[in-house]
Amino acid sequence: MSILGTRVVRTEDPLFLTRGATYTDDLADDRLVGALHATFVRSTVAHGRLLSVDASAALEAPGVVAVVTAEDVADLVPIPPPFPFVNRAMTRPWLASDRVRFVGDPIAVVLTEERYQGEDAAEMVAVDVDPLPAVVGTAAAASDEVLLFPEAGTNVMASFGQPAPADFFDGCEVVVTQPMVNQRVAPVPLESRAAAAAWGEDGRVTVWCTNQGAQQARGQFGDWLKMDPDLIHLITPDVGGGFGAKIGADPEYALIAWLARHVGRPVRWAENRSENLIGMLHGRAQDQVVTIGGRRDGTIEAYSLVVDQDCGSYPRIGTVLPTLTMLMASGVYGFPRVHAQARALATTTTSIGAYRGAGRPEATSALERAVDLFAAEIGMDPAEVRRKNLLPAFSEPHTTPMGATYDNGDYTTALDRALDAAGYAELRAEQARRRERGDARQLGIGMSVYVEITGADNGAGTGEAASLEVHPDGTATVLTGTSPHGQGHATAWAMIASDQLGIPVERITVVHGDTDRVPQGGGTMGSRSLQQGGAAVHQAAGELVELARQRAAEKLEVDPEDLVVDLGLAGLAVRGTPGTGVTFAELAGDEQLLVQTHFTAAAPTFPFGAHVVVVEVDVESGKAEVARLIAVDDAGTILNPLLAEGQRHGGYAQGVAQALLEEVLYDEDGNPTTSTLADYPFISATELPSFELVEMATPTPMNALGAKGIGEAGTIGATPAVQNAVIDAVAHLGVRHIDMPTTPMRVFRAVQQAQGGN
Amino acid sequence: MQISITVNGQQRTDEVEPRLLLAHYLREVCGLKATNIGCDTTSCGACTVIVDGLSVKSCTVLAAQADGGQVTTLEGLAGPDGEMHPVQQAFREEHGLQCGFCTPGMVMAAVGVLADNPDPTDREIREGLEGNLCRCTGYHNIVRAVRSAAQAGPAAGQVPQAQEVAR
Repeated sequence: MSILGTRVVRTEDPLFLTRGATYTDDLADDRLVGALHATFVRSTVAHGRLLSVDASAALEAPGVVAVVTAEDVADLVPIPPPFPFVNRAMTRPWLASDRVRFVGDPIAVVLTEERYQGEDAAEMVAVDVDPLPAVVGTAAAASDEVLLFPEAGTNVMASFGQPAPADFFDGCEVVVTQPMVNQRVAPVPLESRAAAAAWGEDGRVTVWCTNQGAQQARGQFGDWLKMDPDLIHLITPDVGGGFGAKIGADPEYALIAWLARHVGRPVRWAENRSENLIGMLHGRAQDQVVTIGGRRDGTIEAYSLVVDQDCGSYPRIGTVLPTLTMLMASGVYGFPRVHAQARALATTTTSIGAYRGAGRPEATSALERAVDLFAAEIGMDPAEVRRKNLLPAFSEPHTTPMGATYDNGDYTTALDRALDAAGYAELRAEQARRRERGDARQLGIGMSVYVEITGADNGAGTGEAASLEVHPDGTATVLTGTSPHGQGHATAWAMIASDQLGIPVERITVVHGDTDRVPQGGGTMGSRSLQQGGAAVHQAAGELVELARQRAAEKLEVDPEDLVVDLGLAGLAVRGTPGTGVTFAELAGDEQLLVQTHFTAAAPTFPFGAHVVVVEVDVESGKAEVARLIAVDDAGTILNPLLAEGQRHGGYAQGVAQALLEEVLYDEDGNPTTSTLADYPFISATELPSFELVEMATPTPMNALGAKGIGEAGTIGATPAVQNAVIDAVAHLGVRHIDMPTTPMRVFRAVQQAQGGN
Repeated sequence: MQISITVNGQQRTDEVEPRLLLAHYLREVCGLKATNIGCDTTSCGACTVIVDGLSVKSCTVLAAQADGGQVTTLEGLAGPDGEMHPVQQAFREEHGLQCGFCTPGMVMAAVGVLADNPDPTDREIREGLEGNLCRCTGYHNIVRAVRSAAQAGPAAGQVPQAQEVAR
């Protein structure tokens, strides 16, 4: 029986559970002996002219070795926008020189012998800022009344698509339009950002930093510091969560490397949570307008999505994410007419990056809210409206009006399985009883049907490298360009190799995150790892078997065709003659047994599913509690159900968190008001139920494993299902829409307004 | 100032700044890096350790306050022969950890929950762990792990006797 598809517990865990993982701030490397601690001085003003920075007092403080300001980094070229379509004037200085653009904008760096000394001295750096009006929210940004980059002439970083034609909704019996907010949230990996750097006498720098792909980060270091990437040895230690916010490098990381050269000593930096919540990329932050039109029989004929993306102060990945939202605008539905358009706008806030789902949850939330709004308008059950409009099951590629080509899908089955598992009819009956009685605790039933794009770089990007070597002692090493930070690749990739070689999982070491050992790699993001990196390991194992077959045939003097893999032997045996064979280890003893390969999938994959969420809402207080979350997530063939379920669980929690609780807030002056975990309502165990998972697996033809991505499904499906459920709970009171997060105050006010109160 | 603390069964005496947090003492003075620091507001619980039998957030305790006390960190939880504690074992079996950053604190907090209540309901487990945040697991498998660990009996709520801890 194949090990694939079985619940293998993680090989990573014994160390993690008894000694702890080794994160960047835990490193006790010889090269970091005597390292200075970096502490950033950041702007406390959202927007203003930087008049002066006086470090004289700080320089006198105990342990201070240097205070570095913009003048010192004048040799560094300001960071250009990461995409060619962004206004080229929107560059990012390494340290603010004449203007600050968000609370958290780096102004200076204090280098001290000890960590606590840095915090003391940073407070002694006197910064004089002449405030300018803050630009908070996309409406203020779009007005262009106050510009973040006057030389750009606008706050618009980029525009995508065209307005809908004037006749777009002509002929529709019913048209519903609704502005909605997909609010700004904070990714909050439990490990904040951290980096360390040490230069060697050979002119190479070794950098350790917490990230989701060492190779990409190294490339950015090279671009930013104008260095040959071969002179940069980038190591990704264990990483305490990423969720998209650790994709690539942050400028602070590269500055740590520059500082180590500047002072001629190793330097390390680990931010605290308050710094993290203003300094690390945020996610989502879209203002949307949906318009949906169709017939009273439930047929939807036209759908439009218009997005204003708040990008924060400097362009990062968030600037491009509206294009993914647009691509997935019509999702699982076969609407004849689909329109999407977006602008990306600069505001005096923390920059926006990718956050678990990254553009797709925003598409799904808009769409699934729109379908519910349409259903409410025509008075039809939302499940029925969905069934009427879902694309029929398909096994050949389907191209949508927005240009996405889905590999395969069966959305109706996903919805039916979720509704059946939930006991939909009985839930509606219970809801009716509570409404009839006028209970304080009303039941809400929400659903979503989703399709998402994973491995979006398949076919267009670099694919993924893998190497596999069997050693004479019978162990094996896998080198991968993916970059696990909780996903369990050490176990999963070992399973893939073990399945073809018979070498036990425990004897296979998976190496990643070291650019000297693995120079090429795409990292872990966009739910790409298994379908590219795992598939590359699978391919490598196949190639290794063929290499071994040729060698074994010579050694045993038999026809290669007569040799078959003997998993019990962990080698090759002569067909029909048990006990005659040679192990991979023996072959490795004769000559190095190593293959290096590269896998590129032809196209992205499109996992799909359906979620049903049951909430109880206290209509007197407005408080919503998630009672049940039932989820079908079809990600193709599952390699290790234990790991796949873990990915799903985590995503659900983040979806519930966005729908119910979490939001990054700024006041009108651009001051963040949620910059500690005492203020930011990070979801806890008490606010979640245990989840009900329903299985469905439609293999993709895009890789030999049949695997689609699973890392982001949870946020994509759960977020709108929870929001729809909360609104459904108070729909009978006249409420049609409540923006996320559906906090008690929001729900309470929505009910009051619907009831004609104030 | 000088403090004497028994850490994972090993008594030690150190000269520390009065303001040094216990979390930083454990990490930087003792070199015990399993204890992580995930926030600065006593919100996340990643730094949870057991001090004199109680699970506490070590970022909220000065090292000086633990003077004369017994501190157990994740590194001190396995048995002297390296056998994992029932809570550690259950976290592995139930996939109660992903990135591992919250794990040391979560495991120590779970031991504390089981010390107070050897047979908790899921609700009681969730309430007991409310002060420990995890971004990866959605808590689903953590709850399962704690429930599973409870099957091991009273040992799941105990830390090893100080003198038995491996050095």
